[in-house]
Amino acid sequence: MSNDTSQVLQQQVVAAMEQDIPLQIVGGNSKAFYGRNIGNKETLSVHSHSGILTYEPTELVLTARAGTLLREIEKTLHENNQMLGFEPPAFGDRATLGGTIAGNFSGPRRAYAGAARDFVLGCKLLNGKGEILSFGGEVMKNVAGYDISRLMVGGLGTLGVLLDVSLKVLPKPDVEKTRVIECHADEALQKMHHWAGRPLPISATCFYRSQLMVRLSGAEKAVKAAADVIGGDDLPQGDTFWRDVKEQKLTFFQTQKPVWRLSVASDTAPFMLEDESLYEWGGALRWLVSEMPHEVVRNSVADGHACVFRNHAGQGDVFQALSPGLMRIHQQLKKAFDPKGILNPGKLYAEF
Amino acid sequence: MLSRIGPALKSQSAIKMTNHVHDETSDIDIDINKMSFVSALKKIIPSTDILHEREDLHPYECDGLSAYRQIPWVVVLPSTVDQVQRVLGLCQQHKVPVVARGAGTGLSGGALPHQQGVLLSLAKFKQILHIDAKRRIAQVQPGVRNLAISQAADQYGLYYAPDPSSQIACTIGGNVAENSGGVHCLKYGLTVHNIQQLKIVTIEGELLSIGGNGLDAAGYDLLALMTGSEGMLGVIVEVTVKLLPKPERAQVMLAAYDDVQKACEAVSNIIAAGVIPAGLEMMDKLAISAAEDFAHAGYPLDAEAILLCELDGTNEEVSEHIAKVRSILLSSGATSVHTAKDEAERLTFWRGRKAAFPAVGRISPDYYCMDGTIPRKQLPKVLKTIAQWSQHYDLRVANVFHAGDGNLHPLILYDANKPGELERTEAFGGKILELCVAVGGTITGEHGVGMEKINQMCVQFARLELSQFHAIKAAFDPQGLLNPGKAVPTLHRCAEFGAMHIHQGQLPFPELERF
Repeated sequence: MSNDTSQVLQQQVVAAMEQDIPLQIVGGNSKAFYGRNIGNKETLSVHSHSGILTYEPTELVLTARAGTLLREIEKTLHENNQMLGFEPPAFGDRATLGGTIAGNFSGPRRAYAGAARDFVLGCKLLNGKGEILSFGGEVMKNVAGYDISRLMVGGLGTLGVLLDVSLKVLPKPDVEKTRVIECHADEALQKMHHWAGRPLPISATCFYRSQLMVRLSGAEKAVKAAADVIGGDDLPQGDTFWRDVKEQKLTFFQTQKPVWRLSVASDTAPFMLEDESLYEWGGALRWLVSEMPHEVVRNSVADGHACVFRNHAGQGDVFQALSPGLMRIHQQLKKAFDPKGILNPGKLYAEF
Repeated sequence: MLSRIGPALKSQSAIKMTNHVHDETSDIDIDINKMSFVSALKKIIPSTDILHEREDLHPYECDGLSAYRQIPWVVVLPSTVDQVQRVLGLCQQHKVPVVARGAGTGLSGGALPHQQGVLLSLAKFKQILHIDAKRRIAQVQPGVRNLAISQAADQYGLYYAPDPSSQIACTIGGNVAENSGGVHCLKYGLTVHNIQQLKIVTIEGELLSIGGNGLDAAGYDLLALMTGSEGMLGVIVEVTVKLLPKPERAQVMLAAYDDVQKACEAVSNIIAAGVIPAGLEMMDKLAISAAEDFAHAGYPLDAEAILLCELDGTNEEVSEHIAKVRSILLSSGATSVHTAKDEAERLTFWRGRKAAFPAVGRISPDYYCMDGTIPRKQLPKVLKTIAQWSQHYDLRVANVFHAGDGNLHPLILYDANKPGELERTEAFGGKILELCVAVGGTITGEHGVGMEKINQMCVQFARLELSQFHAIKAAFDPQGLLNPGKAVPTLHRCAEFGAMHIHQGQLPFPELERF
């Protein structure tokens, strides 16, 4: 499926700007739960702007339109023994590339290979003035002009509507193996830090209910040797486990309570909070199911980022508050891209 | 490392560039005379850390791009963040431009002073504040040298991955401002992939903390926006970098080819086989002979091209990959493949590559280093065109190339004392950058735009994109006081440049092949 609807999208944005009509940007609508609730707005539908534009396996680069389904991209890469290095969660069959990048959605491999933002090489976007702009490109190194492509990642469409995105892709590892070790949280953190300081081919870690899971990826002999260093036992069907972590299929995530995503210093001590938690990224990502007051959770992540990932139910804010200075910069940047504030207004913060 | 070296100061060029700076910033209107400004500075900073006499200002007149020179108005050397905040506040109050400077090793004139501005040297910010081996981060001041971080982290078995060739001298603040790369980018990324937190001071004098303790911070990715922003958005006063465990083993292979095309195919075949080398470098015949003559690295002088392929990781992984890559190199037509037999030989193989620039400096009075990046598949085409142009412009070119990530460093050899050679060199260099854009690449992979490539930005970007850049700049610095005239050209400048380009409806060198 390949279809260029950029002109239609542009016309809709121009009309919205002229009439001061706020728009909500929608791709596959697989992640509507994420971000602040901005009520009913006119929809700017990006999903039909789709298709892989270029893919050169030996250049390690893929460019696709924002509405391209994530699973189509992953299938194409798989056929060439390659993958998206940031292992993005899809949260449904309809997930698109645009939404994945706009939210900087990155999976278990993130701490070891990089986040979505680390793999973005370039983009074409539609700003709030209805201008179609191209930044970056399809090369690995490019320092001409400000890095607007990466600025878009995680902006939830508030600075611009992604039209096309170029990504660096990676070869698939020859072999992957998952080990499981029974231990307590403190011990798990200690082990993850011990290994992280050594050259081991670790590509994912997860601690949940007294079990530490460690994925090793790479050349066959290297994985085998590392498995001996790590210890523990082989986890059969490791692939299924990591897919369930990534897609939040584990029972941990099956809840109506708020699910917090805490980005913290990796050696942060296990929370005193009573509620259940799941660790990833060598301890740098903590998922927490908790109905504690927001301030209590937010205050527990010194210089980190606590976000109500799911089930925020409109109470309190979703993302960690910005310092007054950073908020001012954010508002000025928003104006620089979207002077009338029509693109997903309020999706990140109430102020813009 | 100097990109243009030579005994002769290119006064003609310097005057030309000085005028450019002046043109670009004619809307800046300083409302204070120099002595009053210096008096005001003395209330903030000890007078010994303020330079304003002409003889004291000379050492700051250029960065690594020495063909562009400008004596600054005043040089200030603060030693605390508070002083930086107050100096910037004072500059904003009096509309005085500010150019931040680290070690001054940049290759694009990014730290070229402003004739009516403060040159803000961060040389006194030399402290490694904290290394946290457990979190694998180093919190450092901006004037800390790139290599010093890895040296300090070494005792923990850690290192800082980006390794620009100037890493002995260049500072981390400058690395962030330029988003510096190095020879290990394909596997380990650029500066932007290897930092976690920044502290910056805005032109208002406000201290902002960007990024955080975790891997992801709230809000927009200002860490990415600041990285590579060339001192246009704020002054970096602290950097927290990520450290990596040192690989268990690193091994390098040297492959010789009788045809550049075959070497290019080998690079693609290695990637296609699912191997990401830690470093993958190519040199052409002229570069090989200059480097060999200078560094005695054991390079084959009869080769048209050599590839240096470094593999790192665990012992087992390196062994497996060495076997795989060796067979790929041979089946791609290598006339010889040598694997370094020990660490000493590995360093010898690299010594030639790392000495390529000074080595070329020995065979020519001056050289001009380009920094375009292209999709790798375009390499044979681009090299062929550069060779054709080399004949037309009557200037030799040595090609050094980060083959893994498509970053070209053609070195144009010239003699500034021969009338017209510098101008021909600049014209030739400009054509190479435009060629990089035409084949889907970029004018700068790692050196930055600075003052040097400001005209080529008009080729890389159209009016709307440039306007968006200016809007971002205004979001941080509405008066345009930070590093004015650099990195992003005015629309007016591009209009003039475009007019010059299609002079009388004809491109320069219409007889040459274009694509």
